[in-house]
Amino acid sequence: MTSKAPRFWRCIPQRYNLIGTHCHNCGEYYFPPRTLCPNCRRDAKIEDYKFKGTGKVVTYTTIYNATEDFDRMTPYSLAIIQLDEGPRLTGQVVAAPEEMRIGMRVKPVFRILGKEGERGIIYYGTKFVPAEEEIR
Amino acid sequence: MRPVSIIGVGCTKFGERWDDSLRDLVVETGVAAIEDSGVTGEEIDALYVGNMSGGRFVEQEHIGALIADYAGLSRLHIPSTRVEAACASGGLALRQAFLAVASGYCDIVIAAGVEKMTDVSSGVAADALAAAADREWECFFGATFPALYAMMARLHMRRFGTTRDQLSLVAVKNHHHGCLNPISQYQTEITVEDVLCSPMVADPLHILDCSPITDGAAALVLAPAEIAKKYSDTPIRILASAQASDTLALHDRRDLTTLDATVHAGRSAFQQAGLTPPQIDLAEVHDCFTIAEILAIEDLGFVPKGSGGKAVEDGMTALSGALPVNTSGGLKACGHPVGATGIKQAYEIALQLRGEAGKRQVDEAEFGLAHNVGGSGGTAIVHIFSR
Ligand SMILES: [Zn+2]
Repeated sequence: MTSKAPRFWRCIPQRYNLIGTHCHNCGEYYFPPRTLCPNCRRDAKIEDYKFKGTGKVVTYTTIYNATEDFDRMTPYSLAIIQLDEGPRLTGQVVAAPEEMRIGMRVKPVFRILGKEGERGIIYYGTKFVPAEEEIR
Repeated sequence: MRPVSIIGVGCTKFGERWDDSLRDLVVETGVAAIEDSGVTGEEIDALYVGNMSGGRFVEQEHIGALIADYAGLSRLHIPSTRVEAACASGGLALRQAFLAVASGYCDIVIAAGVEKMTDVSSGVAADALAAAADREWECFFGATFPALYAMMARLHMRRFGTTRDQLSLVAVKNHHHGCLNPISQYQTEITVEDVLCSPMVADPLHILDCSPITDGAAALVLAPAEIAKKYSDTPIRILASAQASDTLALHDRRDLTTLDATVHAGRSAFQQAGLTPPQIDLAEVHDCFTIAEILAIEDLGFVPKGSGGKAVEDGMTALSGALPVNTSGGLKACGHPVGATGIKQAYEIALQLRGEAGKRQVDEAEFGLAHNVGGSGGTAIVHIFSR
């Protein structure tokens, strides 16, 4: 298989640093970033926005059977996380399956996400870990 | 727009068809549908074929030309179009064929679907299927298809008290129906315990909550209703054809326990047909995972939101219930050759409405509904049929 490297480089700012977008017209935040605002479309005023990365687990699963790129990491927990600014994203939570619960607060960490086959490139991005409630 | 009828149907046996290629499956089902309708090759105006990922599964694109060629129609130069909407590719092929006839642009049109999935390892197949999700913002972070539906299941259980046993009962019921369907991939009964004891895939979903990897093809012949009787004693009318879209990624949805695309396509279909959900006699819904059948019967308006699990437990969706659901065995037991599924659903409804469904025949079936979903709900297609 040919390397997907350019695909990974292209999204480095977003995936390493949680850079999304914000529409100044309607106030909505977007992560993953959108350059067209579904609320305002033509009237949108889109700017980059760096998310704090804190949020809460809306729902989750523990994966025991993964696609080839992730097979060696099983079991791992995956969640839909609602960021404090509003948007939701899909990400891994580094926590034991029994620790996971709906509503738990999480914060971001920078980790290895996966490896493209045995000799392919290693790619990085944001995962999440349980956060203390003191944040808010 | 003019009324459209199905005048011929065909479907291959679903399963792991090691001896047959994609083209063998297409030929088998095409011949069956054309013979059933009695049309000649010269009468066919167009072909539409649903296929999700010939490129990944058999390293073959250009499926439109391929099926016309191997159906023996190359010398007639009939336009043939492949359509793709992930697991809803078959339903979308039917809708394109319907629109071609309804508009008056074509008379006799073939709607087909095919997927040959067992030529690659299960890991490659899983990755090909994962392409129906958001590759950059779901799969990149380790999401799989079962994981997305597992997250919907988890939230549905939390919000509405849906139980693990209710999920299992969907699989138990659909395996029972599959035992009554000669084309079904699985012909074995299973129990609630079997589901719970099967390996965990993505908590809370076990392997017996998931539809299998399947080879198969299905085809329908469509014609204007006004000439349908010329070809068939039992033409089946397509009363409604509706399609709706939603965000590609699950996390961007308005509500994670509702497929809004299903809600919108369902409403539009009922409006076109001039019917309400209680008037439907049977439904084939997109049970790619057990939770998906529960979501579908809620989102189509057959039961209130949150009560789908209870409806299954109460037997409403059993063959003997008020609304038999997935009499074919569904994706779960009959099998899920992704591009063929939407056509197979219509095939099953057509057999039922013709009274040709054998041991799984629903008495006096007059109206049937087919519901096909792409991905985790980015596309939904709903058709309603009548005798
Ligand atoms: Zn806006």
